[in-house]
Amino acid sequence: MNAALSQTPPAAVGTAIELRSVTKVFQTGTAGSVTALDEVSLAIRDNEFFTLLGPSGCGKTTLLRLIAGFEQVTRGDILLFGDDVAGLPPHKRPINTVFQHYALFPHMTVAENVAFGLRMLRRNKAEIRRTVETMLTLVKMPDLGERKSSQLSGGQQQRVALARALANHPRVLLLDEPLSALDLKLRQEMRLELKTLQRETGITFIFVTHDQEEALTMSDRIAVLQAGRIQQVGTPDAIYEHPANPFVANFMGETNLLSAVLGTVERDMIRCQLEGGAEVLARPVGTKAAGCRVTLSLRPERIVLTADPGSGLAGRITDCLYRGTDTSYRVKLERGPELQVYEQNVADHSHGMSVGDSVRALIAPGAARILVG
Amino acid sequence: MAERRDVVDQATWVDRFSSLPAARRSLILLSPAFALIGAFGLAPLGLILVYSFLVPGTYGGVVWELSFGAYIQFLFERDIFDGTLTFHLSYLQIGARSVILAGLAVVGCLLIGFPTAYFIATRPPGLRNVLIFLVTVPFWTNLLVRTFSMMLILRDQGPLNSILMGIGIAEKPLSLLYTDFAIGLGLLYSFLPFMVLPIYASLERIDFRLVEAAYDLYANRWRVLQRILIPLSLPGIAGGCFLVFIPSLSSFLAPDLLGGGKHLMIGNLIAQQFGTARNWPFGAAAAMILLSLVLIALMIYARQVARRERNVA
Repeated sequence: MNAALSQTPPAAVGTAIELRSVTKVFQTGTAGSVTALDEVSLAIRDNEFFTLLGPSGCGKTTLLRLIAGFEQVTRGDILLFGDDVAGLPPHKRPINTVFQHYALFPHMTVAENVAFGLRMLRRNKAEIRRTVETMLTLVKMPDLGERKSSQLSGGQQQRVALARALANHPRVLLLDEPLSALDLKLRQEMRLELKTLQRETGITFIFVTHDQEEALTMSDRIAVLQAGRIQQVGTPDAIYEHPANPFVANFMGETNLLSAVLGTVERDMIRCQLEGGAEVLARPVGTKAAGCRVTLSLRPERIVLTADPGSGLAGRITDCLYRGTDTSYRVKLERGPELQVYEQNVADHSHGMSVGDSVRALIAPGAARILVG
Repeated sequence: MAERRDVVDQATWVDRFSSLPAARRSLILLSPAFALIGAFGLAPLGLILVYSFLVPGTYGGVVWELSFGAYIQFLFERDIFDGTLTFHLSYLQIGARSVILAGLAVVGCLLIGFPTAYFIATRPPGLRNVLIFLVTVPFWTNLLVRTFSMMLILRDQGPLNSILMGIGIAEKPLSLLYTDFAIGLGLLYSFLPFMVLPIYASLERIDFRLVEAAYDLYANRWRVLQRILIPLSLPGIAGGCFLVFIPSLSSFLAPDLLGGGKHLMIGNLIAQQFGTARNWPFGAAAAMILLSLVLIALMIYARQVARRERNVA
């Protein structure tokens, strides 16, 4: 695409970063301590857009700071392209970070900010000037090099922070909730741009966020963290479709968590009896046998409501919320719990169902997932 | 009824005041401050300015007669017999040594004060307040007493010499007291808090995430100091330098006690003229020269600040 990007070495297929049983304990005061990360093991592939997803306080930012070198592990190893980086200070790691609040140097111009890393690496002046220009063009700010960073809007600061990090051609780029300070429209735009940038530069991106939609739309793979432990690692659709446990199912979008008792196997499906007696069909998981208590995850958009009395589970609408692209219903099953249901608004408010109506809930075989653990 | 009228009167007084133009209102509110500054700041200064153009009285005081003698005396010596003027350097030398000693005090304070301020600014908030409090502790004792105790430490049989001889650095006591070194040390000790406090105020406001960002962008410790911490704390550094330089330049306690009165600074010269030498106009002229030096330095600084701000805008 351009000179700066073509300098990036061809990406070898391999592991960029490997974490082996990484544990981080913070001492709080004299007595207490907090375990921020607990035996985290993870392999992040070279050239990958990898997302660390979790609620605030789950340890995702701590993990990022360990990789960047701002914190030292309490136990475990961090390997960067096969080399142990223990004891290596941040300025000696081929890693750059885009900080949550950008951390642009207020006493420097945009161009000076972008050039900072290359200056510290003592590159020659002509090369620095060229790279700065290329980078500012890349983030669509070609004519703003002489501005002070304090004169920029939030979105522009974001782009400068990105250009400043990418200018050094790091092998790994860490992004700490870089979009959280932007407004919705800009955030959606930047998602696409970040994804494109990652594909074009071939740099491994490690992206930290608490926003599951961001994670789903941008990532090659996602690691879901909770309370310092990894809950699940996988591609966005694997995590959304096959959540490993109730936490992941609930955190990745909306879901109905239903307790059920396993029944008989019927061809490749297993009957699951909900509290109240209603039955749904799910794919059997592992060695769980008939009589076992399990938790099912049933996505609201997988349930279809119909007025036709011939099929599905009988219920009554208890709540109805128009949301633009879809309508959110709460349906109390006659022989089962209350369900959350999303119906796409295909024609203008086509369903025309309202609170109190009797409906049938159609649940396709396999729509409900049995959660392990 | 009477009470009610009282309330009405009060209301009209307040109403009348608040109906005045904003500029007039602030003038009225500021008038006590102006009066105070005028009476105790500007009036004495004007008096000194006037005195510097008069003739000394025989027993101190002044004779009301216009003369530039005081300023001429600063640079030239009048021959006692034929009254010809010859250029002489001794007063200029006093001025120069004052500037040099004050400059050295600034450098010393900066070298000690910046790391101190940085250390304090990087402690947890609770500890920070305790440390800043400790920095101000010397102010609780009179400067004269503190300078006397410096004399005790520095004298030939003092603890400093005992330590130096004890660890074998010196064979016989070093004469530290009554030297330029002692004066410099005295200035450094007296004015160090004036350096620490403004630098601390500047450093404390710095977003330390910027320091992390610089480390992340391959800057080592030295580069972080040079490119991030010093530029961002420059207002505090400049403020501290002035706060140390100005009182050092006009200091007379340290040179008097620690320098033994042998090595004059411009402050001693002025004190002498109003005291033993009984030449008020010359003392006033020396004070005006000192004031001009300080004003020139301040103006240069102000211009540079303005230029920097224009660059930012």
